[in-house]
Amino acid sequence: MIRLLWAVIALVWAQIAAADTMRLAVTTSFENSGLADVLLPAIKEDLDLDVQLLVVGTGQALRLGQSGDVDAILVHSKTAEIDFVTQGHGTHRREIMYNDFVVIGPVADAAGISGASGAEDAFARIAVAQVPFVSRGDNSGTHKAELAIWQRAGIDTNATLEWYQSVGAGMGAALNTAAGLNAYVLSDRASWLNFGNKDGLALLYSGDPALFNQYAFIAVNPAKNAHLRNDLAILLETWLTSTRAADLINAYTINDETLFVFNATPQ
Amino acid sequence: MIEILDGLKEAFRLVLGFDEELLEISLRSLRVTLSALLIASIIAIPLGTYLAVQRFRYRRIVISMINALMGLPPVVVGLVVYIMLSRSGPFGVLNLLFTPTAMIIAQVIIITPVIASIAHQSMRELWAEYHDLLISLNTTKRQRILTLIYDGRRNLLTAALAGFGRAIGEVGAIMIVGGNIDHVTRVLTTAIALETGKGDFALALGLGFVLIGLAIFVNIAIHTLSRTEREGLW
Amino acid sequence: MSAQFPLTLNNVLVRRQGKTVLGPVDHVLNAKGATIIIGPNGSGKTTLLRVMHGIERTTGGQVTWAQDDPAKHAFVFQTPIVMRRSVAKNLAYPLELLRVSKDEIAASVDHWLARIGLERSRNSPATRLSGGERQKLAIARALIRQPDVLFLDEPCASLDGHATREIEHLLKEVACAGTRLVMATHDMGQARRLANDLVFLLDGKIHETGSADALFAAPATAELAAFLRGDIVT
Repeated sequence: MIRLLWAVIALVWAQIAAADTMRLAVTTSFENSGLADVLLPAIKEDLDLDVQLLVVGTGQALRLGQSGDVDAILVHSKTAEIDFVTQGHGTHRREIMYNDFVVIGPVADAAGISGASGAEDAFARIAVAQVPFVSRGDNSGTHKAELAIWQRAGIDTNATLEWYQSVGAGMGAALNTAAGLNAYVLSDRASWLNFGNKDGLALLYSGDPALFNQYAFIAVNPAKNAHLRNDLAILLETWLTSTRAADLINAYTINDETLFVFNATPQ
Repeated sequence: MIEILDGLKEAFRLVLGFDEELLEISLRSLRVTLSALLIASIIAIPLGTYLAVQRFRYRRIVISMINALMGLPPVVVGLVVYIMLSRSGPFGVLNLLFTPTAMIIAQVIIITPVIASIAHQSMRELWAEYHDLLISLNTTKRQRILTLIYDGRRNLLTAALAGFGRAIGEVGAIMIVGGNIDHVTRVLTTAIALETGKGDFALALGLGFVLIGLAIFVNIAIHTLSRTEREGLW
Repeated sequence: MSAQFPLTLNNVLVRRQGKTVLGPVDHVLNAKGATIIIGPNGSGKTTLLRVMHGIERTTGGQVTWAQDDPAKHAFVFQTPIVMRRSVAKNLAYPLELLRVSKDEIAASVDHWLARIGLERSRNSPATRLSGGERQKLAIARALIRQPDVLFLDEPCASLDGHATREIEHLLKEVACAGTRLVMATHDMGQARRLANDLVFLLDGKIHETGSADALFAAPATAELAAFLRGDIVT
């Protein structure tokens, strides 16, 4: 018995060696889509490259890129990305693919948004009905897209609104909270399709081009520190914009629904 | 309620099926926490004992500080360690961020006050018992500390296991400094957080039950290896 | 006889919390015999012993040995202090401190276990011993380093007649073998049985001192006479 225990202890300390590796900060929405499980093995096969994914919010991803702690980032927040490049943290921004945001809400749809004429209208109806709405509240790409819609609808979310719940959490957590509160929430389609706790919620509105969600890849500026593998970042970028990636991305489905549309342009 | 039963089912399915990923993250959890425990104990136990036997001017303040540090929010520790280890930070050159080593560092910082505080308390009681005798025998400070540690080892083990409990269930700090990277820094607690966020409660609970089982196993293992229940030796 | 003697107490004063607990005291302890300290409770017997042994600091005055060797005196406390280890390991401890070889330690431990009749309890935790057994252990532990002088603070205070007899027997043997005894007691019978000379403490001062036979036969002061009669003396 004691020998078995010591053997287990020895096993615990066994080390594993690593190949060519790079760190990529991605958003929780990307991770939730499950696309990474398809792409990473293909990347390993084609490039013999281990991509270590740090799944964080957009804000944190940008922050990690800024500190030079990751080699590249993949986010979906155009204005923040442009700032990132302008400030010199990234060398350039490369669009890869897009999916869309959808408005989720309680099946009963008290605000009647399923008949809305657009995203703005849907949000306006929610504000009028004063039904609970859950916001990511975490400066993520999804959060910024949501705020942009409120702004165009003329609603000030900084005012004290009893029905507006800012949770400061990832997409899955926000969806959980919405399910618990019987609230509306803006989600990316992939996270919604992959979400395991749909109880009482349904996809009520989608399709407005304003809900377009563009993902972009930014290699972190190699001038930041000597450890950055800019070579690997560029290698990955080239792969992500290749026809091979295009095929994988366009073919990816959840419950027979495609999620992403590849839209990278050759350099 | 159903989810709890689903969770139990998940736990059994994962364990009995020798799920590879589960094995990987479980071993990593143990490796990180047990390493942190070892290092923290080496710091905390002599420290707690020294504070029990040596009188000096700021002793009361130091003891209060250590007790207060037990309440340090792990997330805050994680943030500070992240800033220190970040490539744009003072220790960036060590390239430790997003590695299990960074997680060990964060956990050492979190559990050392816990172990030191509990160790100090029992060493203080033991010192009160042994005080006259050890002074009468003309012992040096070093001899006193070693004797107290040896004779008080049962209580010190309790202190260490308290630290272990704190570390094995910790998620805030190691999420930040480890990054929860698949196959690199993902452990049981960060995996549970991930699955909860995805809405997969059954799997999250299943992992949780595995974690509890692991903690129980380690406690029993340590007690068996040190034969605490054997008559007469303790 | 030991070169440590004489022990000179010169104007020794001990004050605690504004009260004079002992002193001023002038006395000389020579190398021979067994000195018994008697006096009412609170007269300062314990303090006097502790000051002589050196585990209590004086507020004023000097305690001077002709040649000080701290390892050569030992103390037995009123409530026996046993370490949280086996009986044998308790005995071994003072020798381990001196880095004595394992074989020598084993031999000494065997010798003393036999002498105090605790061979059967060799590996039992010392905390399981009865009061009398603990005190015998404490005395053996004090004697295992072959001290020149043994201080005892009312060692039989809470023991039954049987245990008291055993301990007095042991002490007589030890005194005959050459160890200087300095013992406080409130048991007049014990004082008569063991004393060569007597120190009578009253209110923290030495009221009377001299050869035991002389003082018992003809006390010089009224207070000592009253005390020997069994009256309450203040």
